[in-house]
Amino acid sequence: MNINNIKKEFPIFDEKIQNNDLVYLDSANSSQKPKVVIDRINEFYTKQFSNVGRSVHYLAVAATNLYENTRTSVQKYINAKDKNEIVFTKGATEALNLVANTLGQNYVQEGDEILITELEHHSNYVPWHFLRKSKNIKINFAEINEEGGITIEAIEKKITPKTKIISITHLSNVTGAILPVKEITELAHSKGIIVVVDGCQGAPHLKLDMQDLDCDFYAISCHKMYGPTGLGVLYGKKKWLEELPPYQGGGGMIKEVKKDMISYGDLPNKYEAGTMATAQVIAFDQSIKFLESVGIDNVMKHEAELVEYGQDLLQKNNSVKLIGSPKDKGGVLSFTIEGIHPHDIATILDEDGVAIRAGHHCCQILHDKLNIPASARASVGIYNTKDDLDKLNDSINNCKKIFNLK
Amino acid sequence: MNLKELYQEIILEHGKNPRNLRKTDEFNKDAKGNNPLCGDNVHVYLKLNGQKIVEDISFEGSGCAISMASASIMTDLIKGKNENEAREIVEDFLGMIKENPELKSENLKEDEKTKLMCLSGVKQYPMRVKCATLSWHTLVSAFENNKDQVNTEN
Repeated sequence: MNINNIKKEFPIFDEKIQNNDLVYLDSANSSQKPKVVIDRINEFYTKQFSNVGRSVHYLAVAATNLYENTRTSVQKYINAKDKNEIVFTKGATEALNLVANTLGQNYVQEGDEILITELEHHSNYVPWHFLRKSKNIKINFAEINEEGGITIEAIEKKITPKTKIISITHLSNVTGAILPVKEITELAHSKGIIVVVDGCQGAPHLKLDMQDLDCDFYAISCHKMYGPTGLGVLYGKKKWLEELPPYQGGGGMIKEVKKDMISYGDLPNKYEAGTMATAQVIAFDQSIKFLESVGIDNVMKHEAELVEYGQDLLQKNNSVKLIGSPKDKGGVLSFTIEGIHPHDIATILDEDGVAIRAGHHCCQILHDKLNIPASARASVGIYNTKDDLDKLNDSINNCKKIFNLK
Repeated sequence: MNLKELYQEIILEHGKNPRNLRKTDEFNKDAKGNNPLCGDNVHVYLKLNGQKIVEDISFEGSGCAISMASASIMTDLIKGKNENEAREIVEDFLGMIKENPELKSENLKEDEKTKLMCLSGVKQYPMRVKCATLSWHTLVSAFENNKDQVNTEN
């Protein structure tokens, strides 16, 4: 599939949004959905619906097979060693909570330290904060450099003999910095430290190879990956998923239940309690196939071109200040305009059909560090074009006009 | 939708040069407000005399043009009113921002009403209503000297 002509695969771009063509620059928040994914949900509910993993009737068996097919697709897509290292969750947030909670139960001791970074999304901080409260552990923050990135040195500086876990984003949702996850993992493992990766922004935009990265856990948000909402993936090394306790109890995750004892199911059932987001899982297979048909190398090349173009455009625009200029940068352009609050920017851009996000993007620690209350953020996906970024720039100029700025 | 209605000249001017953006000396009541979704925050200070008349009102904080203009215009209008009048004006303002086409308060002069109606364009932008109302809710909280921060999400 040719990436330059891909917009037509996404039905939303046929819609007029408040009488405008949609310029969607909010993919770091959530991506739009290709027709194949939307159709798959409809088809499953219309012709094939049943719960999975329980009944023996025809539909149940067929649905179970479809559900498991997605697991295999995800395994291949991220090059995990074993199919059972793929756990479906209700989102990346739940995936990170699962990891923090179960490591908290079995692995972390009072006085231990967990190292995160100043770039982290609240979903890769708050779950660790729960452990800070319940287990009396300490959370350290690796500091960003001037470019808004995290170097291996910044990580190394904050490692102490008490550091048990390093939990880091793969790609910052504000500065766009891509972290050297492989090198960080190598360093961490040499010191016996577990590595957890928040892959929310990494998974839709970067080539994933779990065996090469070698991290212990990797959390994926499916709705940012051209897939359905209500679904996440947790990759976890088999030895950890086997060793750690279950996260939630209920149907589907047990082996045997007696009045005086309960034994838990094998992987991956152990972590998939209750009826799962069946239709979403089955439709997510189409998201993977869609990405594969475009080719992740093409996606990365396309988005890198867009970022370079957008960065150049905004840098030339007076009074626009870009946040973060790391060398390794993903498709995120965060900025402020001197004299215009990000929320006013977002409202005015919206009037031109340009959808961006304004606020702290769930990264208050980072915004405090940068000493700004909020920022505006344009983020790209595979469907964006240079024309979209021109429209962004035109609309920013309109903002400046309304606020009498030059 | 009409951006010109939202960003009227008077809003932009108050947003850029907010009145009473300072801390009242010898204030006797105050409260804080926060809009966690936007990162807007405001701290309202009141100095009431024995007759419960607002001798001085001021605010500190940061936020978008709408929230800063709204706080600025509010402090301008509330100064000199007594507590009951001020509370009635707050009710009237919140009613207007949510649904009422006009301001009804007898405690506002016509030119004051005209000034306040400049904020009415916010009605068409549901996501921005909180920006306009934060300082007003915080004012009520200040009258009650409530130490719990006003939070637009609660």
